[in-house]
Amino acid sequence: MAVQLDRVRRVFNNTHVVIAGMDLRIDTGEFLAVLGPSGCGKSTLLRMIAQLAEPDSGQIRTEPDGERFQTAFVFQDAHLLPWRDVLDNAALPLELMGESKARRDEKARAALDQVGLHDALDRYPAQLSGGMRMRVSLARALVTEPRLLLLDEPFAALDEITRFHLDVQLRELWQRRGMTVIFVTHSVSEAAFLANRAVVLARSGGAIKLDRILELPAVRNNELRGDPRLGQEMRLLLGAIEE
Amino acid sequence: MKKTLLPPLIPFAVLTLLAEFLVRQGFVRAYLVPAPSAVFRAMLDSRVELVQALLSTSAGSLAGFAMSALTGIAAAVLLSSSRGVQRAFYPYAIFFQTVPLIAVAPLLVIWFGFGIQTVIASAFVASVFPVIANTLSGILSTDPPLRDLFRLYGASPLVTLFKLRLPAALPQVFTGLRVSAGLAVIGAIVGEFIGGGGLGSVVDVARTQQRIDKVFAAVLLASLLGLALFGLINLLSHLTLRRWHASEQPD
Repeated sequence: MAVQLDRVRRVFNNTHVVIAGMDLRIDTGEFLAVLGPSGCGKSTLLRMIAQLAEPDSGQIRTEPDGERFQTAFVFQDAHLLPWRDVLDNAALPLELMGESKARRDEKARAALDQVGLHDALDRYPAQLSGGMRMRVSLARALVTEPRLLLLDEPFAALDEITRFHLDVQLRELWQRRGMTVIFVTHSVSEAAFLANRAVVLARSGGAIKLDRILELPAVRNNELRGDPRLGQEMRLLLGAIEE
Repeated sequence: MKKTLLPPLIPFAVLTLLAEFLVRQGFVRAYLVPAPSAVFRAMLDSRVELVQALLSTSAGSLAGFAMSALTGIAAAVLLSSSRGVQRAFYPYAIFFQTVPLIAVAPLLVIWFGFGIQTVIASAFVASVFPVIANTLSGILSTDPPLRDLFRLYGASPLVTLFKLRLPAALPQVFTGLRVSAGLAVIGAIVGEFIGGGGLGSVVDVARTQQRIDKVFAAVLLASLLGLALFGLINLLSHLTLRRWHASEQPD
């Protein structure tokens, strides 16, 4: 699924311009990282693409148009329903979409299997580690087989080792499924490691300071973390943020 | 069970022994505070009357409490439907908290007549507000990202209410019910003072007969009834929340 933004503007409280006329195209199958300082409008941009917030002017189009429930959203924290076990949490989107119990359980099991949680189906969120909770959240997003996956700093609250594991897992999932991914993050290293393309937003008004195709190998694993090419991309992104 | 019951029983035993000692030694006048042994004796002597009164007060309290629980939750759901509805009707819900029950009780007798109806109405008026306030607060503080998630997958307001907002509000609903349980017993006793019957009447009559031991016996039974209701809500809360809410999980 491709996303096209034309002169998108978003203002808070009639005074604070968060995004002032953004033009951006994200092609089908791209893995785009959106970087920028706090308050620059990254999360607002993601919410508008998900149709959870309306732009004040301009237009956001998805291609192909009009397909329902093709977008999934992963939040900063896992935000699971604590009274449901892992299987029922992962199956929630399908339940809301009206799928039968048997069908949604089958799909939720498959999604949980993909994130390595096949043996925790009957556990409750309170019994899981932070990393496992985030995996359930990822499975919940993948269960509808979305064509557009939006992630709003999903691994920010996790420890570094867990984050490294989830980065690799997310990248593999993207390669296997071929969906479009928009990943908002504060972390330059995470953006460079994960994405094929990175956009850096300015501190105010959401202007695009850098739009770059990252020149890195397609297969990303932990060995790449010591690669000088990754370091070079990180320096470029950091330079654009601090500019 | 041992761990839950033992700590409160120790101060109870100590205070009972102390009261017995102070009254027997004449430090406290028996017509002001009776010896615990005298209260126990009064309980035994009037056991048939007290048990009947306890059953009557229990029925009034439980019925008033059940009405408060159902009406309170329903009212909170309605109030949560829009800010406009909240602004228009929430002040009337606060009325139930601020109304001086003892002054309104005679009105209840005029409206509902002498008997259990007045007791139930009084228990209801005393106990409905905590259920409304806590349930409403729980419904309104649903996690915003979860609300977004439900919107993203096209959930209707009714589906969001039953699958997200009400379950998320359950810990606060139980907090409201705990407060409400004690208030329902107080409301029932006040209703019985005016409307007749139950432990409220026993207290009223024993007071006029200077039977302070019997007054204490009836008050003790009313307190035990409040404790039993509180315990029942705690048990329900534990069974419902034990798997997922920190308040019901071991330290």
